[in-house]
Amino acid sequence: MEGNVEAMEFGPYLMLASLEGAVTAAVLALTAVGLSLVFGVMRVVNVAHGEFFMLGAVLAWAVASAVGGPPALGFLAALLVAPIAVGLIAAAADMTILKRVEYDPERTIVVTIGLLYIIQQATLMTYGPEARPVEPPFNARLALPWITWDGGPRLYWPWGLSTTTYKLAVIGAAVAVLLGVWLLMTRTKIGLIMRATQLDREMAQAFGIPVERIYALVFGLGAGLAALGAVLIVPIQQAHYLMGGDPLLLSFIVVIIGGLGSLPGTVVAAILIGMSDGIISVFFTPTLAKILATLLVALVLVFRPQGLFGARPA
Amino acid sequence: MLQLDAIDTGYGQAQVLRSLSLSVEAGEIHCLLGRNGAGKTTTMRAVTGLMPLWAGRIALDGAEIGALPAQDRARTGIGYVPQGRRLFTELTVAQNLEIGLMTRGSGAEVRDRVLDLFPRLRERLDQRAQTLSGGEQQMLATARALCTRPKVLLLDEPTEGLQPSMIEAIRSVITRLRDDGTAVLLVEQRIDAVLSVADRVTFIENGRSRETFAAADLSAQHEIIDRYLGV
Repeated sequence: MEGNVEAMEFGPYLMLASLEGAVTAAVLALTAVGLSLVFGVMRVVNVAHGEFFMLGAVLAWAVASAVGGPPALGFLAALLVAPIAVGLIAAAADMTILKRVEYDPERTIVVTIGLLYIIQQATLMTYGPEARPVEPPFNARLALPWITWDGGPRLYWPWGLSTTTYKLAVIGAAVAVLLGVWLLMTRTKIGLIMRATQLDREMAQAFGIPVERIYALVFGLGAGLAALGAVLIVPIQQAHYLMGGDPLLLSFIVVIIGGLGSLPGTVVAAILIGMSDGIISVFFTPTLAKILATLLVALVLVFRPQGLFGARPA
Repeated sequence: MLQLDAIDTGYGQAQVLRSLSLSVEAGEIHCLLGRNGAGKTTTMRAVTGLMPLWAGRIALDGAEIGALPAQDRARTGIGYVPQGRRLFTELTVAQNLEIGLMTRGSGAEVRDRVLDLFPRLRERLDQRAQTLSGGEQQMLATARALCTRPKVLLLDEPTEGLQPSMIEAIRSVITRLRDDGTAVLLVEQRIDAVLSVADRVTFIENGRSRETFAAADLSAQHEIIDRYLGV
């Protein structure tokens, strides 16, 4: 019996769904680590995080179409410019708005809700309501083999089981960036300063750490990571002014499940949620995927409020 | 070295310090005594800049520092060992010291000198601060402050909850620093410990500085101590 002339079997189909899930997980990990960093160091919840994601995608389109030329050139420019621009915008928002409310947790939620609508509506008024694509720099189709048992193990290429070089590159880029963030936090002086600020803001100040500048840096870095995730996904999903909602919801889910402020926990939870979101979306519906993820958050909050990797409050 | 001139401060609307004045000389251990809530810790926090200065002047080495934010004040040479130690608990011993070294750009020779004072820390450089014993944590808190090469060292109940051998170790370091010319402002509850180590003692009552005595004079006049601290 030849598998490749039939509708796809379960095995190859699951592999296809997993690959889609891995792309979602990769982008989600970047976005959620940005949110987790901001929460961890600054102890504030940034409700506008999804809008920084959206801004990254929209700016990626703007930069890519302004540069023109071959797709790879426009994309590369977007990859460099958009996250930095979004990071600077976020740092400016921190210094002008969050600093004014003294990083009070409740008031920060309210002002970042305000920021959410300002960014969203400003984008609608300038960029418009259209969804616009950015061309991927490369996008070769890769057919993938599957193993079957036919008297002995045999490889074959099921019809429809394929991915693209670009999707694999997204996963690779996300892994590289996350590794970079981890090295930044654990191996560099600025990472040490950020962690000291996270552990005891007052003592950090008493030892000469300019906490407000660190906050602006962290807020910018968090937003920049979300924007970077968006630039990576925009050749697959298109840029739209309302695209920030899902990343915000999923990032919150990931950060809560992983343990507030825990970077390794955030990455593990992003893989868990991203993969299951991809797989459930392919086999069932995206709505069911969101329902199950939200249910998981509820269970975590009830049975393990500190998250899977979070430290119990002392 | 450190001059507090009629300072006022407080939390929100609640005033804690009222026109408090104090001076700590180089090479002196100056102790603050007073009942709970008198304003001893608040005085230290006002010096570090963690409490806003409502009125009055704070001068270090002749330079006015009262207007500086906390992070800039640390760089003028104020080393702070807070009550409860307040270490960066998840960081290692080495990383805690590194934060102190960064404050005023101290180099490896400062680190070595500090570790010579606390050899036990040298054996535990890669250990997380929260896994140290209470005495070792107090050593680390003191060492972290010394890494800033302080002109003035603020010590808030450094021997609280420690066993006698640790208290002795901390004490000998404090007197050594005094002999090297550091100004030490000390808050300590136990009178006997104060009298054996302090050069001068200032009594604080209801946020006001009352009288200052030479410690030697005070040991002979227990009625003064009873007046300020007795029940």
